[in-house]
Amino acid sequence: MAHFIFFLLAIVSVGAVVAMIFSKNQAYSALFVILAFICLAGLFGLLDAPFIAVIQIIVYAGAIMILFLFVIMMINLDEGIPPEKKRWTLGLSFMIAGVLFIELIFALKGFLSPAKTAVEGSPGSPTDLGRLLFTKYLYPFEITSVLIIAALVGAMVLVKKKDEGKEED
Amino acid sequence: MTDIFWIIPLIPGLSSLILVIFGTKLPKKYISIQACTAVFASFVVSVISFMGLKQIPHEAYPLIKNLYPWIQSGDFKAALSFQFDPLTAVMALVVTGVGFIIHVYSIGYMAEDKSYARFFQNMNLFTFAMLILVMGSNLVLMFVGWEGVGLCSYLLIGFWFEKHSAANAGKKAFIVNRIGDAGFLLGIFFIFIYVGSTEFAAINEAIGGGLITQSVATLIALLLFVGAVGKSAQIPLYVWLPDAMEGPTPVSALIHAATMVTAGVYMVARMNLLYTLSGTAGTIVAIVGAVTAFYAATMALTQNDIKRVLAYSTISQLGYMFMGCGVGAYAAGIFHLYTHAFFKSLLFLAAGSVMHALSGELDMQKMGGLRKYLPRTFPVFLIGAIAISGVPFLSGFFSKDAILTSAFASGNYLVWVLGIATAVLTAFYMFRLIFLTFFGQERLDPEVKKHLHESPPVMTVPLQILAFFSIVAGYVGLPLVFGKNLDWFGHFLEPVIEAHHEAHLSLSTEWILILFSVAVALFGIFLAYIFYIKKPKTPHNIVAKFPFLYKLLFNKYYVDEIYNATIVRPLVKGSEIVYDNFDLKVIDGTANGLAKTTGFFGKFLSYFQTGLIKDYALIFLLGVILLLGYILF
Amino acid sequence: MVPTSYFIILSAILFVLGAFAFFVKRDLITQFLCIEVMLSAANLAFIAFAKSASSLDGQIFVIFIITVAAAEAAVGLAIILLVYKQKKTIKSEDMNLMKG
Repeated sequence: MAHFIFFLLAIVSVGAVVAMIFSKNQAYSALFVILAFICLAGLFGLLDAPFIAVIQIIVYAGAIMILFLFVIMMINLDEGIPPEKKRWTLGLSFMIAGVLFIELIFALKGFLSPAKTAVEGSPGSPTDLGRLLFTKYLYPFEITSVLIIAALVGAMVLVKKKDEGKEED
Repeated sequence: MTDIFWIIPLIPGLSSLILVIFGTKLPKKYISIQACTAVFASFVVSVISFMGLKQIPHEAYPLIKNLYPWIQSGDFKAALSFQFDPLTAVMALVVTGVGFIIHVYSIGYMAEDKSYARFFQNMNLFTFAMLILVMGSNLVLMFVGWEGVGLCSYLLIGFWFEKHSAANAGKKAFIVNRIGDAGFLLGIFFIFIYVGSTEFAAINEAIGGGLITQSVATLIALLLFVGAVGKSAQIPLYVWLPDAMEGPTPVSALIHAATMVTAGVYMVARMNLLYTLSGTAGTIVAIVGAVTAFYAATMALTQNDIKRVLAYSTISQLGYMFMGCGVGAYAAGIFHLYTHAFFKSLLFLAAGSVMHALSGELDMQKMGGLRKYLPRTFPVFLIGAIAISGVPFLSGFFSKDAILTSAFASGNYLVWVLGIATAVLTAFYMFRLIFLTFFGQERLDPEVKKHLHESPPVMTVPLQILAFFSIVAGYVGLPLVFGKNLDWFGHFLEPVIEAHHEAHLSLSTEWILILFSVAVALFGIFLAYIFYIKKPKTPHNIVAKFPFLYKLLFNKYYVDEIYNATIVRPLVKGSEIVYDNFDLKVIDGTANGLAKTTGFFGKFLSYFQTGLIKDYALIFLLGVILLLGYILF
Repeated sequence: MVPTSYFIILSAILFVLGAFAFFVKRDLITQFLCIEVMLSAANLAFIAFAKSASSLDGQIFVIFIITVAAAEAAVGLAIILLVYKQKKTIKSEDMNLMKG
């Protein structure tokens, strides 16, 4: 049963990403990516990380992707931009992707043996995660909050209209 | 007491350093005082050291003070160490004493010059270098001083460097000197090979111990002598000295009369054991000296430039000194060096005084009858001329006589004959100078005559001091005829210069020789009198009868032209060819080529800088892949 | 259970696809999207490893990654908006001010 779900989710997610590559419309690309994320969330769940799965849907697929869609809406392009057509860049990217893939497989060699199957353990509950977060990873936690504030302020400053300057002219 | 001798060179050195840094900001009065006091202080220390020397037993000579290990390269060691012994004492006293007098004179002579500070800085630097030369305890340090005085000579000859002729003269001096220095260096190398050290003490020991064969000694002695030929202006490297008269007169007096040019003589005297060991070298030195003496004197006969006459005279007298050293009478050579310092610098400074009075005129054809206008310059000039001519009871007589007698006694009759002939010519041209300048018709330019004035005391007093010494300096080395053991000078130098076993002449022979040389000198003066006072038409007639000879002498045997055509021009042409083909094409080509290659690579790399994020990300990824690959495999 | 290796391979596939897409696409927004895809692929790998090592640390890390991705997306999109306002285009070929 788990295998079946896995393969379903896997194929759908890969298919979504491939579709994203070939789509000319940016909004469609974003939607395909949302699909891929939802599948990933399912996969997370399969891996005993229910909390993370939900987070993925709420934050990633929900907030970040909506942000993307808003921006796509604001940049109201009439015609879509087709993907790269030139032969040599295409070929080069292909090759590089291939090489990268092979290397990744090699790098993760150690984990490919079936013996390293997952142990049945307790799923990652919020309680456990919270406990870890506030003890062992307290420092990064605090810094991340600073990061979020910085991003917030940064984004606001960047798009702020410079009204005052124009009126003085 | 004598232990302080090592500061003798350092005082003028320090003064020179101060002047070089602050000179242009200091007032002239202060510069004069500092520069002269520095030399005077050295002189005082020299005197003190000299007195101290007399109280020390001879076995302790030479006193050495090692200041700093300096060069230690494998087996080759050369230390910064000074030594003090009778020979050094004599040289130091001459350099600092006469140097001090000349510095004082320069205060007056250079008073209006705009580069006052630079002048005194160079003069002090020169004194420093010369003292290093005479006080160094090894050949390497001596060579440092040797080069140092060469440098100062260049700086001072070309002191008025805006004048083309002066700048060229400076260059000529330095370059010709360099040729001599090449031989000198080779000599030093050979010494090191055979002795293992360049310390004089070690060399003398090696010679005494038989480490050097006669042929090797001859080779080394001749190589070192090549250096002396350059520095002391003997044939064939004398050509720079007459041109060196482009420098200010005090420079000519100090460097080209009293001290720098005598460095060669000092070197031969210092290495006297070597020259004695190799009889051939000594003979060659004597012959070169004798021939140069005569040859230079012939050229002095026809010159009209008052300083050039004195320049050729210097070359001639240097020849005498080498004559003395060559025949084995090193003490006599040094004795002549010492007396010559006084009367030659006197002559130069007095000539400077005359030129100063005449607003810079130096052509004797435009002088005449000056003795009533220059009552203080004339008598001292006359004293100098008498001294150099070898008239008895002045210093020149004693020293010249010592040399001639030694030459005769050691059987070098050719040298003696040339010496006598030169003495005649010396007396003749010196008194020609006196008569043309101070006697006879006044041939002055009217403009010059208007400004005619005697020199200030700051210039005439040094002259008078020098004149005094020109008279009495000779009495420290009286020849045998006047009594035994009156040669204090020679005895003083004995620990350094082994008393040579000269064949002693009988007293009567000596007397005859002395009287002969006196007669010869007086004959020369008499001849000059006839030529220039009694029958002034005589020179004219003789020139008319022997135009070719006159031309030859007047044009200095065309030696300069010959050198120019055979050596200078080919070298210049050769350098131009090398420059065009090698310098421009190969060296510049390489440098430019490197630059072009770098530029080429830069251009190549700039193709990767497209400004597109995608491309950058691609290269990024490429890097990651390569890194991963490296780690994995 | 599904072997961890399957998840790893899937993660690798997604990552490489994301990278490939990044080079193939010519507009900024979609390229940014691909970056998010790559990040998610890495997330998957983390969770898979966390499972196989029976430790929750991997999941904590994923939390942080998601947070950072959010912050980065906010700022990045703001920048893209500004660039669009300036240049009226979001073709990445036109962003070549730094051309050497």
